[in-house]
This record gives sequence, structure tokens and C-alpha cells, in this order.
Amino acid sequence: MRFFLRRAAFYLATAWIALTLNFIIPRLMPGNPVQALFARTKQAPNPQSEAAMQAAFGINTHAGVLSQYVTYLGNVLHGQLGTSVSYYPASVTSVISAALPWTLLLVGTATLVSFVLGTLLGILSAWRRGSWVDHVLPVTAFLSAMPYFWLGAVAIFIFATKLGWFPLSGAYNTSIPETFSPSFIASVLDYGVLPAGTIVVSSIAGWLLGMRNVMLQTIPEDYVLLATAKGLRTRRVVFSYAARNAILPNLASFALSLGFVVGGAILTEIVFSYPGVGYVLFQAVTNQDYPLMQGLFLIITIMVLLANLLADVAYAALDPRTRESRR
Amino acid sequence: MKPNRRWSVRIGVGLLVFFVLMAIAGPWFVGNPSATDGPLHAGPSGGHLLGTTNIGQDVLSQLVVGARGSLVVCTIAAAIATVLAIAVGVTSAVLGGVWDEVLSLFTNAMLVIPTLPLVVVIAGYMKNAGAVVVAIVIAATGWSWSARILRAQALSLRRRDFVLAARASGEGSFRIVTFEVLPHLVPLIAAQFLGVVLYAIMTQAGLAFLGIGSVTDWTWGTMLYWANSSQAFQLAQWWWYVPPGLCIALFGTALVLLNSAIDRVADNRLVERAPRRPMLLRRRGAGPVGAADALVAGEEVPA
Repeated sequence: MRFFLRRAAFYLATAWIALTLNFIIPRLMPGNPVQALFARTKQAPNPQSEAAMQAAFGINTHAGVLSQYVTYLGNVLHGQLGTSVSYYPASVTSVISAALPWTLLLVGTATLVSFVLGTLLGILSAWRRGSWVDHVLPVTAFLSAMPYFWLGAVAIFIFATKLGWFPLSGAYNTSIPETFSPSFIASVLDYGVLPAGTIVVSSIAGWLLGMRNVMLQTIPEDYVLLATAKGLRTRRVVFSYAARNAILPNLASFALSLGFVVGGAILTEIVFSYPGVGYVLFQAVTNQDYPLMQGLFLIITIMVLLANLLADVAYAALDPRTRESRR
Repeated sequence: MKPNRRWSVRIGVGLLVFFVLMAIAGPWFVGNPSATDGPLHAGPSGGHLLGTTNIGQDVLSQLVVGARGSLVVCTIAAAIATVLAIAVGVTSAVLGGVWDEVLSLFTNAMLVIPTLPLVVVIAGYMKNAGAVVVAIVIAATGWSWSARILRAQALSLRRRDFVLAARASGEGSFRIVTFEVLPHLVPLIAAQFLGVVLYAIMTQAGLAFLGIGSVTDWTWGTMLYWANSSQAFQLAQWWWYVPPGLCIALFGTALVLLNSAIDRVADNRLVERAPRRPMLLRRRGAGPVGAADALVAGEEVPA
């Protein structure tokens, strides 16, 4: 419990740092670019939204910075992130909440597949070290160094344009009504294979190498040797003895890698015109939609923090040592 | 060293030298990348080895000039980020106490916050930001991992005999850091530098792809931006978008291979030199933390 509280406190502090960065950044920019933007949106659709933006960017207001900061924090806690320019007159919150489920679906599935597959391959490559499997390692270095969005473009060229196995872009067949019908779900899966596959291929090397490294340290341990000496089947020695202990540090590094994977996935969405937050981010950048950009930064950060907290809970559930108070 | 490893180092060095030479000398041998005098979106041919873009620019010229642009950005970014990482990480370890808590909290928080959206928020305000500005923004978000590794290493160095001896003989903190601690961190700093170069080249490509920063400065990222915005992906003009992505991936591969090679060398040295201290002096959780251990033991987060 103590472990969990410590982690929760850490993520709260991180969220506060992210919120504060979000508040400071527009104020550090030369010539307040937001002022120009506001000429375009003189007439805000609702006064609450207008006030949220005034506090967030410090324009058309004579309040002191500290009181702007307090107002801004209050607004964010109430989900008031201002009005989007590129999706005018929709509020930032509504634009993001329309896009978020698609990203959660895509990135969530891809990360899970990548983590499980990468960990399994890492176990295999550590157990079979010194054989041909070692030659795979430079290949994984190459995979991890490819830009996600570029790999997506190559995948589109091969599997959609040349072979015609998968659709070119989008998240579902627009001719099917958006309901939870079997045909709609089937089209979502069909459209999701290429983007999710791209994310899996680009991110798998990290999990693979991480698991391999820890496994290599675990295999020489006495209990693994003992298990082998007892005559247990290899599969049991590998999974129940070595991998079971090695997986914990890999789970911990999940937290640190997630932010990077999410960044790559966001760019992947743009290549596939996938209607998630990445696509919205592209719109925001193209249209200099600052409120939307900053809202996206906040929401994506909070999602990553929540995912990290979940990983920590899983860690604590798997490793009894963390549950005992750490003195 | 196993033969396999020796090969991976050779491949890494070879690729790195190739791209550095391409960036330094290449632009003298190719034409103007912005000149629009070629045929429109033509595939590879004798006149244009890698074909042309939709407005008749030579892709090979762009690739070579883009190498310089990309490498300049990521070298500047990595240099700044490494200095920041040393400043934060080593200071944190040397000062200890409350300062260590605060700096570590900040480092770990920056590590968890997803960097791409953060970079977009910062750089998005600067339309047509030049290479240096983009490099500074990338550095501002890319130092935290190195700072954490350097802190862990500096912490273990701080308790070694030679540092204790220096302290006992009355040397000041600044002198101890610069003359006793930093020299031992050099291999680790080199590995971290390469790591940040990798982060920087990927982030720069991502930013340019989004259209942030000056899209008229040639880099591999801006090539991909123009390819995307001219529908090259949909029109299957592979000769236009495959080369820049491949260059990024190969350059990145070189960095990963060299990075792990340096890590191994540094790690071996640390294992050999790890001192056997009397039990009484050994504080809990303060064992010598090798680079590899620190990489793996991600859970030791003093929140």
C-alpha cells in the first residue's frame, strides 16, 4: 500500500509539473502568438470557454499571473480547455473526447501485442543465446531506429497499394453505420491491422532487448540451475523459474517506454489518416490551433500517467516484495 | 569480445562514418536541392539516380543536403542535452539530501511525460523555427534519461575510496566533481550522447513531418513532410519517401550498435573496479550500479 501511495504521489506531482509547463510555455513565447489567433475567434460560443482561454494564455485580462494560474488550474480540473480554432466552434474537450477512443483502441491493442510478443521473443533469444538467434539482434536495432510513420508509409505501399490486402487509410468503412454491429466491428479490425502492425514492429525491439538483458542475468542464478538439475522440463524451467523472475524489471521499464511509443503512434495515425488524437494534433499544428495543441498535450500526458499507474499496480500485484512496506 | 559483437561494432562505425562524410562533404558533389529543373515525379534514372519530386527537384541532392541538416540539428541537440544531463544528474548525486530529492523528482517526471506532444507544444509556437531553435527544444525534453543514468553512476562513485580520500584531504566539491568524478563518467557520457543523438534524429524527423520548424531547410524529416503533403505515399512514389526514412533508420542502427558496444566496455570496467567495501560502510541500496543495471532496474525511483 505504501508503495502504491508513493507512486500515486509521484504521478500527481508529475501531472502538476505538466500542467505548470502547459501554463508557462505560452507566456515564454516571444510576441504572444495567441493574441493574433484571438482576432480570428472574436466571438466565442460560450463565455466559460472564453474565460478558460483567457486564463490559460493570459490575454485580455488584467489579473496577476498568480491568479491567472489559479483560475487556469480550476478550469482544467473542470474540463474547461477552451475553444478549438480548427474545429470552431467545438470546444477542445469535445474534439479530444471524440478522437481519444480511437487512439486508446489502436495504441492500447498495439502496445499489449508488442509487449507480450516482445517479451516472449526476448525469453527465447536469451535461452538460445550463442546460436543463430544472436544474429537477430542487429536487426532489432534497425527496427527500433525506424521512424514509426515512415514504416507506416512503406506498409501502405506494400500491403494496401501493391497487394491490396488492407484498406489505405481511415479507421472503419464509412459506408457502414457506426453501431456495434458485427460488420462494423469487422471493418474496424480490418482497418486497424496495418496501423497497429506498424506500431508493433517499431516498438517490439525495446521489449525484446529489455527482456533478453534481464533473462541473461537470471539464467545463471542458482535456482535456475537447481530447477534444471531436478530434471524439470525445459519449458517449465524457462517460464516458471527464469522468466517469471525476469519479467518484473521489464514491466517496470514499460512505464518509461510508453511515452515514446505513444509519440510514435501519434505520427503513425497521421500517415493512415486514422481519426485519433494524432490526426487531431496534425490539424492543430497546421491551423496553429494553440488551445487544441495544449489540450492534447495535457490529455495525452494524463493518459500516459494513468497507464503507468496501472503498470505499477500490476507490478505490485506480481511482486510481493513491493507490497511489504519498504521500511 | 565475441566475433558477432566485433561485427556489430564494425557495422556501426562504418555506417556512422558514411553518414558523417555524407553530411560534411556530400553537398559539394550534388546540385541545388531546391532547383526545379528536372522532370516531374520521375522514377530513378541515369540523370537523377533517385528520381525527382512532384515539382522536379532531385531527390538525391535533397537526401545528401538533408543529411547535413539532420546531423547538425541532432549534434547540437545532443551536445546541449548532455551538458544539461551532467549538470542535473551529477549535481543531484553530489549535493544529496533535499536537492537530490527535488532534482530526481523533476528528472523522473520529465522522463514519464510523453515528449512528442510536449515538443509540439513548445515548437508549435515558433513558425519557421531554425535548426538551432529546434535543437534547443529537443534538448530541453531529451536530457532526463541521461541525467538519471549519470546520477546513479555518480552516486556509486561518490562512495568509492578515491573520492572519500579526496574529500578527506580537504578538496572542494567542485574540484572533486571535475577532477575525480567526471573522468570516470566519460564512457557513460559518450554512450548517453549517442543515445540523445538517436532521440534527436527521431524527434526532429517527427517534428518536421508535422510541419513544425522551417520546412524549407532540407533535412530527412522535411523531405518526408513534403512527400506526405504531396501525396507521395498514396501515389506510391517510393523513390521519394523510402531513401530519407532508410537513412534515418540506418543512422539510428549505427547509434544503437555503438551505444551498446560502449555500454559493454564501460560495464566491464566497472565490474572489475567495483571495490569491496567493509559491510559497515555499505549503505542499503547503495551497491555499485553499473550502466546495465541502471538501465534494467527501472523501478528504483525515489519519488
